[in-house]
Amino acid sequence: MAALCRRFTGFHFLLVLVSLSISSLVFGDWIGDDEGEQFTEELLLKPLPDRKVLAHFHFQSTAHPSPDSGHHHHLFPKAIAQLVQKFQIRDLELSFTQGRWNYENWGGSDPISSTNAKPPGVELWATFNVPVVEIDTTWKNLTHALSGLFCSSINFLESSTSYTTPSFVFGLNVSNIRYGALPREAVCTENLTPWLKLLPCRDKAGLATLLDRPSIYKGYYHSQKLRLTSTKLSGIILEQTLTIVLQPNIQRNSAHSLLDGAIQPSWSISSMFKRNLTGSCVLARTSRILVELEKNIVSKLEELGHGGSWSNSLLDLSPNPFRVIKEVNPFPEESNSILFEYVNSKEYEPLDVGIKWKLPFVWSSPHAPFHASRFLMGSGTERGSIAISLQSTKSDEYFRSKSNECRMQAVVFQVVPWYVKVYYHTLQIFIDQKLQNLSDVIEKIRVTPSEDKKLPGTLELVLGYPCTVQSVALTLDFDKGFLHIHEYPPDANQGFDIPSALVTFPNLHSSRIYIGDDSSVHSPLLLKFQEKNVVLSYTEVLLVPFTTPDFSMPYNVITFTCTVLALYFGSLLNVLRRRIGEEERLMRSKDATKRGLIPLIVSKITSKLRGMPRSKPLLIFAVVLSVLFHYIVN
Amino acid sequence: MKEAIGVHSLAAASCRVARRFRLASILPRVAATLRTRLLLPRLKLYVVDVMAVKEEGDTSQQGKKSRSRLILRLGALLVAHSGLVSVVCCAAGIIAFILLPVLANNTYISENALMPGSADPAFSSQEVLDANRLTMDILNRGAAKASGIEIAKLLREYIVAVGAESYYHKFVPRANKFHPLHFFSSTTDNLDLPANPSCGSFILNAVGIIRAPRGDGKETIVLVTPYNSQNTTYSDAVSLGIGFSIISLLSHVTWLAKDIVWLAADSRYGEYMTVDSWLKDYHGPAFPGETSRIVDDACFEENNSDSLDHIKVEGHNSYVYKRAGTMAAALVLKVVDKKEKEERDSLSIYAEASNGQMPNLDLINIAHYLAVHRQGLRVKIGSIIYFLKASWVKLLGEMLQHITTLAKLLNPKWKLDITSADYVEGTATLASSIYYQALGVPTGSHGAFRNYQVDAVTLEFSPRSSLNNENVRSAFLLKTGRLIEGVIRSVNNLLEKFHQSFFLYFLTAPHKYVSVGIYMIPFGILIAPLPIVAAALFSSNNGSSNKDGSWKWLQAAKVDTHVTQVDGFGSVDWYQAVWILLVSRVLVGVVVRLAHICGEIVGTIPMVCGTMLMASGPVKDGVSEGPHWDLTKLVVLKKVFLRLRLGSTIDFFTSGGGGGLWAPGHLSGCPHQARRLSTMPSFSLAVSFVRLLVLLIEDAFPVEGTVGVSSPRVSAKLSVMTEQPPVARTAQEPIVAPGAWTNKVHLSVELECIDWSTHITSLGA
Repeated sequence: MAALCRRFTGFHFLLVLVSLSISSLVFGDWIGDDEGEQFTEELLLKPLPDRKVLAHFHFQSTAHPSPDSGHHHHLFPKAIAQLVQKFQIRDLELSFTQGRWNYENWGGSDPISSTNAKPPGVELWATFNVPVVEIDTTWKNLTHALSGLFCSSINFLESSTSYTTPSFVFGLNVSNIRYGALPREAVCTENLTPWLKLLPCRDKAGLATLLDRPSIYKGYYHSQKLRLTSTKLSGIILEQTLTIVLQPNIQRNSAHSLLDGAIQPSWSISSMFKRNLTGSCVLARTSRILVELEKNIVSKLEELGHGGSWSNSLLDLSPNPFRVIKEVNPFPEESNSILFEYVNSKEYEPLDVGIKWKLPFVWSSPHAPFHASRFLMGSGTERGSIAISLQSTKSDEYFRSKSNECRMQAVVFQVVPWYVKVYYHTLQIFIDQKLQNLSDVIEKIRVTPSEDKKLPGTLELVLGYPCTVQSVALTLDFDKGFLHIHEYPPDANQGFDIPSALVTFPNLHSSRIYIGDDSSVHSPLLLKFQEKNVVLSYTEVLLVPFTTPDFSMPYNVITFTCTVLALYFGSLLNVLRRRIGEEERLMRSKDATKRGLIPLIVSKITSKLRGMPRSKPLLIFAVVLSVLFHYIVN
Repeated sequence: MKEAIGVHSLAAASCRVARRFRLASILPRVAATLRTRLLLPRLKLYVVDVMAVKEEGDTSQQGKKSRSRLILRLGALLVAHSGLVSVVCCAAGIIAFILLPVLANNTYISENALMPGSADPAFSSQEVLDANRLTMDILNRGAAKASGIEIAKLLREYIVAVGAESYYHKFVPRANKFHPLHFFSSTTDNLDLPANPSCGSFILNAVGIIRAPRGDGKETIVLVTPYNSQNTTYSDAVSLGIGFSIISLLSHVTWLAKDIVWLAADSRYGEYMTVDSWLKDYHGPAFPGETSRIVDDACFEENNSDSLDHIKVEGHNSYVYKRAGTMAAALVLKVVDKKEKEERDSLSIYAEASNGQMPNLDLINIAHYLAVHRQGLRVKIGSIIYFLKASWVKLLGEMLQHITTLAKLLNPKWKLDITSADYVEGTATLASSIYYQALGVPTGSHGAFRNYQVDAVTLEFSPRSSLNNENVRSAFLLKTGRLIEGVIRSVNNLLEKFHQSFFLYFLTAPHKYVSVGIYMIPFGILIAPLPIVAAALFSSNNGSSNKDGSWKWLQAAKVDTHVTQVDGFGSVDWYQAVWILLVSRVLVGVVVRLAHICGEIVGTIPMVCGTMLMASGPVKDGVSEGPHWDLTKLVVLKKVFLRLRLGSTIDFFTSGGGGGLWAPGHLSGCPHQARRLSTMPSFSLAVSFVRLLVLLIEDAFPVEGTVGVSSPRVSAKLSVMTEQPPVARTAQEPIVAPGAWTNKVHLSVELECIDWSTHITSLGA
């Protein structure tokens, strides 16, 4: 009876569940709004100067803090909500990146480059709402949870040698932040799939259908990011962005035609992603595509006499955009970038946004005022030095013009693993190749020296120098540590990685202000662009060649030990079995009949041939055996 | 009863062991006092000394032993027959040396990740067209204006056009001065800048960098094509064409994991210098400076170039030095247009770097494998022609052929069979291999890379007939391009740096090598009689016969202290060692101060001293035979042994060859010939000057201009001598220097000094 009853209730429950899910599907839209959970999807496309196209996907889910709903969510991914709840995360940013952001060609001071250009591999930072003593354990648990969630080895950030506590680099002057990076982490579809699972429509509908794996992994840069903000007031905001740089198919002509200034390759969504975009995710509140033309293209257009038009003698944008959004710039004499907005709603007709270029045209992206790069100096397996150089790009002319007293600030954040033993007192700063007095240049410095097998070294540095400076370089000397055999990573002969350094320019912001046709633009992406983001750039990952032991050494040691043992055993046996009295007698008899060397050998050989005398052969046998053993084993 | 005796002997043995242990407990203290790596060999000697003294005590206490241990008897036997032993060893060493070509093994690719030739080459006729166009452009445009920078500009335009990064590397060629121990002077050479820098005094290299898509930019592969901007030959232009076509191909391939750097090196003043100065900047703080900028603007009139070009070539940053990660490997690519016709296109591989260092054998293997099995090229390796023609080598080869066939009859498993022709060729190649490694001067600009622990080879292509023929050129370009693509692809596959295969080897053919395990045998045999004869001299000097066998013969090692004892410097203990250490330290200081003067001479002085001492010592004493003479010879033998053995860690075959020539010379020196320098010592004296002479002759070459053009390799040698150790910092102290080299120099200098100190002390005696 009870069993029947249980079965019945089970069935009933299933029925309710099905009906619930159907209703949520049908009324998904208004349920989402009503409950305070929202999901939006946006895609920004932007032609880049070096014949490539930037595609930036931006998905945003929000969950209001409603204690009534408890653990249940309609749109918001439960896994993330639980994560936030369990670890009391206030802010979290996790990025998986493959390839390097090209700051020279793809821009260095626009919002995308300052928020979505990430170092290769995995980067994670998080702030917590927990007491200071618990932060480290929370961080460790978080890394494990994330590594399970995203199918990657984020759990390597658990050990205290791999994460650090920056104090002022991220602008948040807090002690509850933890930062870690894994430069060697390979990123592929196995990380993308769980990331897509967090979307309510996954990649079955909406903009995410464009994510055809072969075409997005063929690109030049690929960075998927997850950004979590959780506050008591606004609830949890989950931003998922995917930034890819793709090369549209071009007929590869000979280099000569390229030299003459070939037309930029024309592209469209279907040609780049090899997929058609049909309809939006029904659960999304908005689903739109934006095409951005940079200010240098716009200025060319203005020069040609067609201001914000999308079909002109330079390029053709198809189909016609729904709306044109213009940037408002504090400097009226300059051109501003333009955004063309498309609303992705039609179910049956594929929205195939694309640009067709008509004239050859070369432009440049807005640079950050200084290009940061980092390299190793010296050679050999004992010492070296790290150099970080900031090279003026001369692009921001307005800095120059503004005033002569203009002072530039740059924050350098560098984490160095403990086995690279940096001598921080050797810090030297060159400005325009001249060695500077440190106190003149450094406004603020915080150094956490590394501790063997415990802590990585951290350097945070605020530099202040005139804007007119051409180059700034800082060098730090280091010794390469001598590691225990256990501490070598796999592929130790490749060398060791020093994670990217981060250089930020705190008095430069990459915010943009937009005005649309109607003044209210409810786009989370554009809102994001309007935030005051600090211009920053990551430097290269460095590979430090280390002395590596011969990893077959243990094997050699074993063979050597065996040989020694064999010898020892042999001689011991010899001592035990030897009959000394008899030997002495034999010797005396030999002394009596002194013979030369050769007769001695002859007699020995003959005695051997006659038959083995007592104890000698055993010793010889043992020695020969051990030597043989040694050779065979080797 | 028997057991009791056994126990007794055991107890005696343990007693001995205990004494030894007590001794051992003293030794660490001595070791701590003498804490220095370089004194280790010396320390070992002292350990032996002290032990020998103890042992002597033992024997004197216990009286005459009825029978001593086997090893002692063996040692005594060797010492007693030292003359025979030295003759046998010398003969055996020379025979083993002659047998080296027979003992060579076939090469094999050790690192599995390389996978050469596993992918189809993508280098097609399209790239051949690219190469042809650049070649023609260079010949038309570059040759018209011989200002030296036209070609670099042209190359940069081309590189930028295929979407790669590019910049100019500019440097001032330094005057060639003889600075063999440049490292110690630690002065920066930047002061060589002319006071009024003119355009002509700069050398401009065009550099292109391909950033691997999706790569992390940690590693890079370098491709170098040297050319002469003043007198661009057709083959120079072709080699640049190949370099560019590779860049053009690699700029759009998807498989690249490491960045590619192409250095078009203007070798007007020698290619080694150009490549080396580029490398020096790569590993040093090459921040763009103000002074250079002024010169740029004056010389290259960047501003008047047309606007489109200006934007594309992004004029502002064209002199900013750019880097691309740690170097994994480097290829130097050259084309030599020979006039005579051959059957096939051929590839010559040059690999020797300074001090006899070689790149990893795998790098040569993949080049050879791809050239032979994929592109059908004939691979050549430098050989000394004399050996190819010498009839005695041929005779030797035939003899060995007979012997090896005979040996094979005995045991078919022995893989010893070699034909006479193979032997002759192997000997010639081996001889050239040994010559260049012993000389210690790189055979090309790849040597510069080795100073930074980068594996590099020079690949020199020569077509089967003149390149002016269109078809020949196209086929040639296709082959060479595919080969280089294949090598780059293999290295690109590499996850770790080269470490699997050999670093110490000789080549007897492009596909045959003699590894260190084999070639150290003749050397070992050759120097083995030196300590034995020294021991024999000692024991005969002491008047004690060694037939009974004891550790006594080892006391030869102690002889230094006897010599110094005469001076009254104390008894046999470690004070002596400390004293010698101090003296050597002082001498190191002297050598450092006089680095410019001493130079290579340092290496030869002790030898000469030793020989002179050997010859003149008796004369000075007025006694033609006697203990003093014996002692002197003993010291010299010991020192020569030590020096050769330690020298072999620096440059194996300098000391290997030295061993071959020194050992018989020193062994045969005797007082009867003391009044004049006998033939053997004077012969060895001459040998000691060989390296010095070669270096001096090289130095005497005309320095300016034409050297680099006519014989690039000579100029490479020149420049390697002038700027041997790259000092990587402009700051006060050279903190970052190629470690291996530094250590070696340290080692060798300290070694010399130890030698000196002992010679001085023995002179005092």
